Amino acid sequence: MPMTRTLLPVLTVVLAIVAFWYLAAIPMNIHFALTTAERAGEVVTPDDAATRRGMGGIALAVQNPGQWADTWAQDKPRLPAPHQVVAELWQTTVMQNVTSKRSLVYHGWVTLSATVVGFAIGTGLGILLAIGIVHFRAMDMSVMPWAIASQTIPILAIAPMIIVVLNSVGVQGLVPKAIISAYLSFFPVVVGMVKGLRSPDAMQFDLLKTYNASRSETFWKLRLPASAPYLFASLKVGIAASLVGAIVGELPTGAIRGLGARLLTGSYYGQTVQIWSALFATAILAAGLVAIVAGAERLTLKRMGLAR
Amino acid sequence: MILVIAALILWALMWTLNVRLANGDSAGSRTVQLLVPFIFGLTLLVMWELLVRGLRVPTVVLPAPSVIVERMSREGPTLWVDFQQTFLKGALGGYAIGVTAAFLTAILVDRFDFLRRGILPVGSFVAALPIVGTAPILVMWYGFDWHSKAAVVVLMVFFPMLVNIVAGLQDTSQMQRDLMKTYAASYWQGFLKLRLPAAMPFIFNGLKISSTLAMIGAIVAEFFGSPIVGMGFRISTSVGQLSLDMVWAEIVVAALAGSAFYGVVALIERRVTFWHPSQRR
Repeated sequence: MPMTRTLLPVLTVVLAIVAFWYLAAIPMNIHFALTTAERAGEVVTPDDAATRRGMGGIALAVQNPGQWADTWAQDKPRLPAPHQVVAELWQTTVMQNVTSKRSLVYHGWVTLSATVVGFAIGTGLGILLAIGIVHFRAMDMSVMPWAIASQTIPILAIAPMIIVVLNSVGVQGLVPKAIISAYLSFFPVVVGMVKGLRSPDAMQFDLLKTYNASRSETFWKLRLPASAPYLFASLKVGIAASLVGAIVGELPTGAIRGLGARLLTGSYYGQTVQIWSALFATAILAAGLVAIVAGAERLTLKRMGLAR
Repeated sequence: MILVIAALILWALMWTLNVRLANGDSAGSRTVQLLVPFIFGLTLLVMWELLVRGLRVPTVVLPAPSVIVERMSREGPTLWVDFQQTFLKGALGGYAIGVTAAFLTAILVDRFDFLRRGILPVGSFVAALPIVGTAPILVMWYGFDWHSKAAVVVLMVFFPMLVNIVAGLQDTSQMQRDLMKTYAASYWQGFLKLRLPAAMPFIFNGLKISSTLAMIGAIVAEFFGSPIVGMGFRISTSVGQLSLDMVWAEIVVAALAGSAFYGVVALIERRVTFWHPSQRR
């Protein structure tokens, strides 16, 4: 059984990570836990705050096993324990009205809508450009080297500029973020789609020629279906890039709405639990989006008879 | 207005030239293959200049290329300091640590089948997540200087590298491993002489992906707090001051550094994996 073959090891690894996380939280948060315990009148070993400041977290943790529980229940810990993050996620999703500004669902929706709109635009334009590149030699030779080179440069660096410039001409909200998302998903789609549209071999093209197929018939009946596996591979890269683009696009405007804003306000005010819960929300969102694309891929390839 | 018309005429002329070149007899030659994208890029650049001047686009929206180049030549020392802080310290430092850590973990994972089956799915899952989001946490832990940026880069490159190295180390056939066994090769001999070389194409694939990720991580992490130096810092503060020519100057530097980084990795790849079909010419 392949399912149980991977399930047990994966569960073990995940459990090991969670256990390590709890352990790591002890030395990370022990300084503050000891300070509060001392103020409450308890005895802590070294009872001098200055000495403690100079000591490492692990040494303090070993000497004060009584305060371990405290390190997992602080308000603003350096490293929140897993259950605190889960509780915060539960608090801000299920227990809040979804239109409230405290709701992660609301912030997630703001980010998600920009991601999806941008992804749709980027993918659409990318496919169009790829079709042009495959059919026109001049376009291929002019544009393709730049499209490939653009993948090696950190495009994300222009995100703040796009946001601020569009803001200064009066465009704000969803559109600037969507543009960044579109830009980030555009190039992977172009490169993958060009590869895909060229993937049929010479024999198959020859066959269509013997059928006297026109250019558009070749495109619809051979090139486009053959490109599907390549397209989905780049869509998975593209949607993840789009999400990162939307999140980074939320940073420079002072951060009001969206998951990126949650990250930034969390870091301004030292709300570590909020940062971690926003981080997990982005992770869940990313995993969900990739899973949706992967599901569509499996369905399509299965219907086309391309699935392995 | 004349400039706008000039731009359009230039576009038409250059495009005709490119179509001629691309469909001409010598289209396959190396010179033409380099010349066509060069002409295209140059045309875009000149059109940008002409349109910005012709339509009087304000500098706070889009500066002309000449303004950007002029700013770059003026701000040389600043750009160099930023480059050192972000690229040499943050990106390269994190890249080296992350790749080394991934390599050591991969060797450990590779020896235990149970570990491999557990870590590979988790690793490829984490590799798809937006890890830049950890930047605010790491900035809080490691302070504003380049150490926190290197930490972000380590996290960003670790999982793609790990997945690629582990997958690469699996990429030998039973026959090859059996041959090593008949030679009475020890684990490390088999590792160094068969499996590591066979893994190289995968490893370099990971190294190339990671080179881009390292640049992104180092720059974006600076948006969450940095000393008053660094490319990400300069971009975010210059955007705030609306001096977009400086922002573009930093972006040019980032683009050059990014493609040079990638190019160096690709060059080493060609040296190391010369035997691989994808490197044949």
